[in-house]
Amino acid sequence: MAEIVRGAPKIKLTEVVKRFGDNSVLDGVNLSVEPGESVAIIGGSGTGKSVTLKCILGLLRPDSGSITVDGTEVVGVGSREMSRIRTKFGMLFQGGALFDSMPVWRNVTFGLTQGRMTDAAQMRRIAEENLERVGLKRDILNLRPNELSGGMQKRVALARAIAPRPEIIFFDEPTTGLDPIRADMINDLITSLVEDLGVTALTITHDMVSARKIANRVAMLYNGRIIWHGPRDRLYDSGNPYVDQFVQGRADGPIR
Amino acid sequence: MTDSFPASILAAFAALGRPVIGVFAMIGRIATFAVTALLRAVTPPFYPARFAAQLMEIGWYSLPVVGLTAIFTGSALAQQIYTGGSRFDASSTVPAIVVFGMVRELGPVLVGLMVAGRVASAMAAELGTMRVTEQLDALATLRTDAFRYLIVPRMAAAVIALPVMVLIANSIGIMGGFLLAIYKLGFNAASYLATTRKFLQADDIWMAVIKAAVFGFIIGLMGCYNGSRTAGGAAGVGKATTDAVVSAFILILFSDLIITLVAIR
Repeated sequence: MAEIVRGAPKIKLTEVVKRFGDNSVLDGVNLSVEPGESVAIIGGSGTGKSVTLKCILGLLRPDSGSITVDGTEVVGVGSREMSRIRTKFGMLFQGGALFDSMPVWRNVTFGLTQGRMTDAAQMRRIAEENLERVGLKRDILNLRPNELSGGMQKRVALARAIAPRPEIIFFDEPTTGLDPIRADMINDLITSLVEDLGVTALTITHDMVSARKIANRVAMLYNGRIIWHGPRDRLYDSGNPYVDQFVQGRADGPIR
Repeated sequence: MTDSFPASILAAFAALGRPVIGVFAMIGRIATFAVTALLRAVTPPFYPARFAAQLMEIGWYSLPVVGLTAIFTGSALAQQIYTGGSRFDASSTVPAIVVFGMVRELGPVLVGLMVAGRVASAMAAELGTMRVTEQLDALATLRTDAFRYLIVPRMAAAVIALPVMVLIANSIGIMGGFLLAIYKLGFNAASYLATTRKFLQADDIWMAVIKAAVFGFIIGLMGCYNGSRTAGGAAGVGKATTDAVVSAFILILFSDLIITLVAIR
């Protein structure tokens, strides 16, 4: 699959390979994401979508290949350098991954405090601003994550991801586990965040409605490789039998 | 080369070699983990508030359990020595053996085991749950080092808290023996205390403190190591918790023997 190169890509993966034991999860992934672009990676469960994100974030180390962020190689860099690169990133985890031992406001401002007990009044104000951005009110500031509904947890997690004003946000299955209406609210939120904050977004999902709504461009991961990518309008007439089967949700086809 | 060996013999060597390699790999991982924790412990950022919270959790909240263990053990020890000693007319050695056995051996070991049961399991369960719910990944993406934020405070608090708790447990255990000896066995309080003081040596107290610090390190290391390596959801958390407690127990008893042998040499 030929690369589409337009200026310096925000994120560029070249022949990324990641194995767990004998199981090759990523088998030469090539993908580039342009600044300000919103890309969705679709693919079945266990095809390595999360592994791809974790490799970019340095949470997993690829066995080979190159990953650059703003032209800087991130594979194999030291922990301090990785920490500096991570200032560019925000991530919305699938289950929210909120810290259940601390109240909402400490969760939201964690990316600013790194867990230190700095200026509580100011942090509460910042938490309030970010909660407002995701449509939540200040009355939940002191609640614990387990006192919130699933949809609210997701929005608090989103507030936490955007609070440090990242340039790039990763969304890991942002609509999974939500009812269709709440899922659409999250889609709207993501779209508006990408537009208002001018961030680059990379979303992994198997929700076609969501992918079509939030992404400019869609890439499909299958058997550890990107087997197709194109603009979202082409998703339903890609001419690729694997993509057709996946987006139409058919049990019979080349994917088994 | 391989053709000259029957496959079954090779398979037998492989079956033998695999667990051996596995054990060495595990020792290597634990050692790497421990060294990483030590290095991160001495470089900023530091989290004094997290350390203080863990001191409360590991030390203060373990005191009831430790105190009860000590008083029961001290009393039982006094009764056993009295009964055993009276067979060859040596029941007067009760205070000496209570102090010796409690301070050098039973205090550190029983406190170590009780705290391992209470704390290593809690550490493994908490860190394990954070691992499987991606909270540890979230911590990293929010640019916070899990070692400095979660693991160093726990391990440091365990190393500091255990010696203090062992000293408390030793005092309570000796008091338990004293109370039983006075009220049940009819010892004279003044002479019992005088003997106790005579046999309470600084060396023995040092040995208790050193053992306790080592046990604290083992508890923190096993709790955090097993917790942060958790994989596989709720069942994985259960396994990590069990592994943490069992490995802490065995390492505590093993290191107790080693320290005892080295000190007495």
